[in-house]
Amino acid sequence: MKKKTIFRLSSAVMLSLAFTLAKGQTVDDAIMMGKKQWCSGFTYMHSSWKEYWEGTTKRENKNLGTVTTQSVMFMTNYGITDKLNVLATVPYIWTDASAGTLHGMKGFQDIDLDVKYEFYTTKIGKKGKLNLIGLLGFSTPLQNYENDFLPMSIGLGSTNLSGRLTVDYQRGIFFATLSSAYVFRSDVSVDRSSYYTDQIHYTNNVDMPNQLNSNLFVGIRKPNLTVQATVMNMYTFGGTDIRKNDMPFVSNQMNGTSVGGHVKYFLPFVTNLELIGGADFVIAGRNMGQSQTYTAGLYYILSL
Amino acid sequence: MKNIFFSFSGLICLMLVATSCQKDVSNRTSNLPAMQASNNDTVAGTWRTVLLSRPDSFAVAAPVPTANPLYAADLFEIKALQKSLTGDQANSVKYWSAGAVLRWNEILRGLVAKYNLPVVQSPDGTYAIPSAANPLAYPLFPFTNPPYAARAYGYIAAAQYDALVACWYYKMKYKRAAPYKFDSTIAANSKFINQTDLPSYPSEAAVLAGVNSEMMKLLFPGEIGNIQLKADEAEQAAIMSGAATRADINAGDALGRQVAQLFIARARGDNAGKAVGTPTDWTNFVTICTGQGLTPWYSLETPQRPPMLPLFGKVKPFLFDSATVVGLRPGPPPGVGSDQMNKDVAEVKNYIDHPTRENIRIVQFWADGVGTYTPPGHWNAIAAEDFARQHYSEVRFARNMALLNMTEMDAAIVCWDVKYHYFNPRPTQVDPSIKTLTGIPNFPAYISGHSTFSGAAATILGYILPDNAAKYEAMAEEAGLSRLVGGIHYRVDCEAGLAVGKNVGNYAILRAQNDGAN
Repeated sequence: MKKKTIFRLSSAVMLSLAFTLAKGQTVDDAIMMGKKQWCSGFTYMHSSWKEYWEGTTKRENKNLGTVTTQSVMFMTNYGITDKLNVLATVPYIWTDASAGTLHGMKGFQDIDLDVKYEFYTTKIGKKGKLNLIGLLGFSTPLQNYENDFLPMSIGLGSTNLSGRLTVDYQRGIFFATLSSAYVFRSDVSVDRSSYYTDQIHYTNNVDMPNQLNSNLFVGIRKPNLTVQATVMNMYTFGGTDIRKNDMPFVSNQMNGTSVGGHVKYFLPFVTNLELIGGADFVIAGRNMGQSQTYTAGLYYILSL
Repeated sequence: MKNIFFSFSGLICLMLVATSCQKDVSNRTSNLPAMQASNNDTVAGTWRTVLLSRPDSFAVAAPVPTANPLYAADLFEIKALQKSLTGDQANSVKYWSAGAVLRWNEILRGLVAKYNLPVVQSPDGTYAIPSAANPLAYPLFPFTNPPYAARAYGYIAAAQYDALVACWYYKMKYKRAAPYKFDSTIAANSKFINQTDLPSYPSEAAVLAGVNSEMMKLLFPGEIGNIQLKADEAEQAAIMSGAATRADINAGDALGRQVAQLFIARARGDNAGKAVGTPTDWTNFVTICTGQGLTPWYSLETPQRPPMLPLFGKVKPFLFDSATVVGLRPGPPPGVGSDQMNKDVAEVKNYIDHPTRENIRIVQFWADGVGTYTPPGHWNAIAAEDFARQHYSEVRFARNMALLNMTEMDAAIVCWDVKYHYFNPRPTQVDPSIKTLTGIPNFPAYISGHSTFSGAAATILGYILPDNAAKYEAMAEEAGLSRLVGGIHYRVDCEAGLAVGKNVGNYAILRAQNDGAN
């Protein structure tokens, strides 16, 4: 049986780094677990920024220094059939600022549950193969963490529903994956009774604009090794800019683009053990930190 | 291909369901019912004013007789408007019908939040000072920090109150029936407001529009255009509602603007303009403190920022004289290095090392920091939303908001006097390992501003609404506690702040007992 493997670097973790906000991962690759295959493991992430975009203006803040977000994320993925997978992730996150006086935050963030379905496969020519994958995702906070203390908060607190479409083309060892997810975000509540965006709001409810998360992976994919270059983009449909010298807010328009590279490798001597690593660098953004993010993970695949 | 079809249609259905979950975030006060005064306070023209020496200091000419064709023309204007009321116009009438004192207070709180942003440092590490002469150049004027905000709320509320006392005086003098009382067609079409026997000349809505327009020229000079639009909208809403004629509006607007001038003249001479101080003043605090063998406060920002409005303690209060400000000072805080201070620092550190979710909630709920309407604004929100349920007349609403906000302004003055008299460091200055759950304000610790504002507000509000007194006191305690568990104040700052605040509040009670409104 052709071993189907998994590549689990999350674009959402890298790109929802609105002030290094790591978020439960969404599923953006074209790899499916085979029937009755079960993959689980942990990813460690270290993401930090010194400069951030206040609206569209890049600046640093000597009262924050370098803001670092670290997380350990548990991920599990099960193949119900070769074409239907279910996934879940749970991240534990902690934040820290190197300067100033703000207190770091820590805790479990949002659980993410996904159903991934490969609904169309076709051969193109002799060597080419095209896959279309749809995904439905649901995420919600695991606990009532403080969302209104950005940039130290560990998350934004919204419950999200996402629909993703992934197009994957492989020819020989070369592949390209284009994937895009539309994320519906629920309103969130904050601990204060009023807040200002571009006007005053006399309520503790905040309307969270929806988002589009997109990514392009290009690289080589062999049974035991994948190396890919990545371009990832997050776009928020609305929200306001951080005003000059204001604090960031949950409903800011957080946009960003990052480039990077990811590697996944199966050890030759323990063929069920997968190592992953990656580095992503934000190159453009709005209302978020210009983060550099490094990830490393270890996954084990069981065939039940 | 079937699979594709089903998958896509499933996805689309799901997205439609998700989209149909309305993201409707509305303000708590958006849908308040029309004001329904249980008492028109017809004697309010005799209530004790703040600056106005007599209710008729500014003359308001008698309205033209109702038989005059000018009056008929005014009624015709109302009828024509009511006949073709658009949805937006109806919404505007409904919005203002909840109470103009309430709505102007909400607008003011919005402006305070908008302007409450500290200036970012210049490339050379210094901080520019906002200029009233050039309000729209960065840094925008004003920077509505808590003392500035407290004073703005205080002046506007007091001016509104005096102007409405004068308004009520003339209402009862001329006893001009409201358009809806005079004309049955207008009565039938005035459906978004409660119709009362209160005379309409001069219009209270226009008095408030006039007062606010003038006061904002002084306090928010960059917002004159926006405020004038609001004032026009409020006055137009009063006409469309059937509550006021054009003549009622014109008389009210002019009266409001005249009364405002008294307050503007006072504000220009109340020392607030000098509260920023000079670099010499700033170093003097350090010299005096060091001379006494004490540890002086310093700014914990990078680069260090000059202290916030260090001479605000010299501003002229509303409820007592400047000698009383000094008389209200509490004794000194424990000195840095003393056993008591070491204990106090350790207590802060212990809270910060073990932040509970509930403590974090309290800190954020009361933070009222950068980009917010400040602690006095928070107490305005609490009071206004409670007052809105009391079936007050506009003049009583204004009187109670004036009592609250003169209290808050004077609390700011007393608190700032104490802060710069003792110039005591923040916990993080004494122990840099103390990380805070909200930003550290850029001024000395003793006594806590939040506690002073809250103690003062809870005291006067508890007098105004005795049924809520226990609730307000608990809120004030929590506001004080939030600064301790947030890591930015010692317990003694909060306790002394609450006590000083209560003393300030008692002066407001004294005034309230003798203003003729009971």
